[in-house]
Amino acid sequence: MVERDYAMEAKVEERPAIRVEAPAVPKKKEGDLPVEQNELKMKASDVNLWYGEKQALFDVNLEMFDQSVTALIGPSGCGKSTFLRCLDRMNDVIDGVRITGDIRLDGEDIYAPRVDPVQLRARVGMVFQKPNPFPKSIFENVAYGPRIHGLCRSKAEFEEIVERSLTRAGLWEEVKDRLQEPGTGLSGGQQQRLCIARAISVNPEVLLMDEPCSALDPIATAKIETLMDDLKKNLCIVIVTHSMQQAARVSQRTAFFHLGKLVEVDDTTTIFTNPTDQRTQDYVTGRFG
Amino acid sequence: MIGYILVLLIVLAAVSYFFGRKRAVRAVEGREYLLHSRPNYHGAFVAAWVGIPSVLLVLVWILFQGSVIDNLLLWSLPPGTTDGLSVGQTSLLLSEIKSVAAGNLFSEPSLVVQEAAERYQRWEAIAQWAMVGVAFSVALLGLAIASRRISPDFRARHGAERILSGLMIACSLIAILTTLGIVLSLLIEALRFFDRVNPFEFFFGLNWEPQIPIREGQVTAGGAFGAIPVFAGTLLIALIAMAVATPIGLYSAIYLTEYAHPKVRAVIKPVLELLAGIPTVVYGFFAVLTVAPAMRQFGEMIGVPIAPNSALAAGAVMGIMIIPFISSLSDDAIAAVPRAMRDGSYAMGATKGETITKVLLPAALPGIMGGVLLAVSRAIGETMIVVMAAGIIATLTATRLSPVTTVTVQIVTLLIGDTEFDNPKTLAAFALGLVLFLVTLGLNILALHIVRKYREQYE
Repeated sequence: MVERDYAMEAKVEERPAIRVEAPAVPKKKEGDLPVEQNELKMKASDVNLWYGEKQALFDVNLEMFDQSVTALIGPSGCGKSTFLRCLDRMNDVIDGVRITGDIRLDGEDIYAPRVDPVQLRARVGMVFQKPNPFPKSIFENVAYGPRIHGLCRSKAEFEEIVERSLTRAGLWEEVKDRLQEPGTGLSGGQQQRLCIARAISVNPEVLLMDEPCSALDPIATAKIETLMDDLKKNLCIVIVTHSMQQAARVSQRTAFFHLGKLVEVDDTTTIFTNPTDQRTQDYVTGRFG
Repeated sequence: MIGYILVLLIVLAAVSYFFGRKRAVRAVEGREYLLHSRPNYHGAFVAAWVGIPSVLLVLVWILFQGSVIDNLLLWSLPPGTTDGLSVGQTSLLLSEIKSVAAGNLFSEPSLVVQEAAERYQRWEAIAQWAMVGVAFSVALLGLAIASRRISPDFRARHGAERILSGLMIACSLIAILTTLGIVLSLLIEALRFFDRVNPFEFFFGLNWEPQIPIREGQVTAGGAFGAIPVFAGTLLIALIAMAVATPIGLYSAIYLTEYAHPKVRAVIKPVLELLAGIPTVVYGFFAVLTVAPAMRQFGEMIGVPIAPNSALAAGAVMGIMIIPFISSLSDDAIAAVPRAMRDGSYAMGATKGETITKVLLPAALPGIMGGVLLAVSRAIGETMIVVMAAGIIATLTATRLSPVTTVTVQIVTLLIGDTEFDNPKTLAAFALGLVLFLVTLGLNILALHIVRKYREQYE
């Protein structure tokens, strides 16, 4: 058992080999501080979810903190994406979904009747597994959110928001000369960063990422991971990932899901080095999943 | 007789299939694994060689037998019989000979005709037996050639597949050649029309009065072939139809894809498509008996005179007819937009309406355009509704309430009743038909092009 732990630590230490930028120095510092010192952003209590007759989530309790990355890991079909989609009420779009429990954003119940999911989704942005830019120009892709929410009045304001979002998403230098070209013409990694730019264009408080790198090559993945490090300075990020290395690299807290239940949640280091639950132990060491 | 011959040839081909199969198996003494192609392919190869050339020969023979015998008959007549006869009179003579040969006597035929009739009967019989003989010898020749080629190394599968693909090419050529033939016949007659009527007058003239006296002493107008009023009428009715069909079709497509419950959609979509299956004559009844009177009554109520055969009634009913084209193709186009687009838009905090107008419709626009263009070409080419519900007289008007006429209606009226095939009145129908054909062809090509371009987008 001790041996396995060392193996896992070794994996965590491999970071610099894969990352393009230097390893997360700030993360180490934060590692010293307890993450809980950050402000509590979202809190899910006793969340149950059914697709028709089939129950997909069982009494999930999870706290997500501001200015940090929370990773959701677990084998396929364990409900981590389903849970993520509860956080911005994207499951509302699907027929036959029933949710009980309580999810709060800044202490406010997001399933309360007075909350419009449309407004909620402007505060809680989402990036999907497969890059899904609209078949519009790069500029229009980023301007989409501000346009529908009426954030900008003049063209100059739009240009400013587009430039700022693309810069934050690390894409500005690559596309600034071809903003009118279709967003679908970019490479996969660029498309995903375009989708991140689109998501942050409306200044969300929370960014949900559903396996954002699973369709990307290692270099594009590294770029997005670096980006997440930057973005989390003003955002609460929740990421679903199948890559335990990625969870170890980018997140401060990790939650392990199994068969629709939240098995264990703790500091990332603890989950990967000293998990309490045997199932977590087996999963992070590659025994199953 | 011909039918029996064809059936016999096909039976022969079927028999030679088994013959070829057996021969191939025997060539390797039953060890089928030594054959390059499976025995079936050897059989098919032989059957194709037996069946296809002989059947083709019979078909070609039937095609030319009539005219060859006709010409022989004319040559065989005593010299001077056909001197001074026009083409029509000659063919009258020929049909007299044939009817005498068939035993239909109206009056005592002349000696010349009787002799010719006997010759005709004789030649017909000879030709028929010659055809049987030649067809079966070709079949046997095919059998001989094909079965000689059977050997363990013979690539019969390639041969059979090549023959099959040749057959498929021939089938698709038939459609293309038919289109070509239609275009050519239209073109030739239209050119004859433009010999008599200035094309400039036709395309830019404002007066359409095609009634030309065909007999001496008939009282009609002088005849004018300015087609602008006819084109304008077509355009007006098509516009009205599109104004009715586009919003209704598009909205029902949006409802079906985005709002309707799957069960509701499963009922509504086929019912909507049923509209396309209603015969246009029935739509014509509907327009003339229900819609037009209702419109006129409504017009009287609000003090606007609406003619009983107004462009509005015809256009509106035609619009109903083409709704399925637009709704069905738009529905497909909207449904084909990937779910990820919807998710992306909802996740940005867009409402359903914003998602539809800002993401789905722009993404589906090419497909929708394709549907609309197909519907337009259908509306322009539609005949029955306008024949029944719109007018016959070509008036150049922009109002939707008075009778107008369309290209298709004019073609119908030009070709019924007293007609003569070298009269500009009749030929005008072909010129109109040609224009109509070119316009709808252009619209169809454009629509297909747009639809195809759209299909590539998400692959």
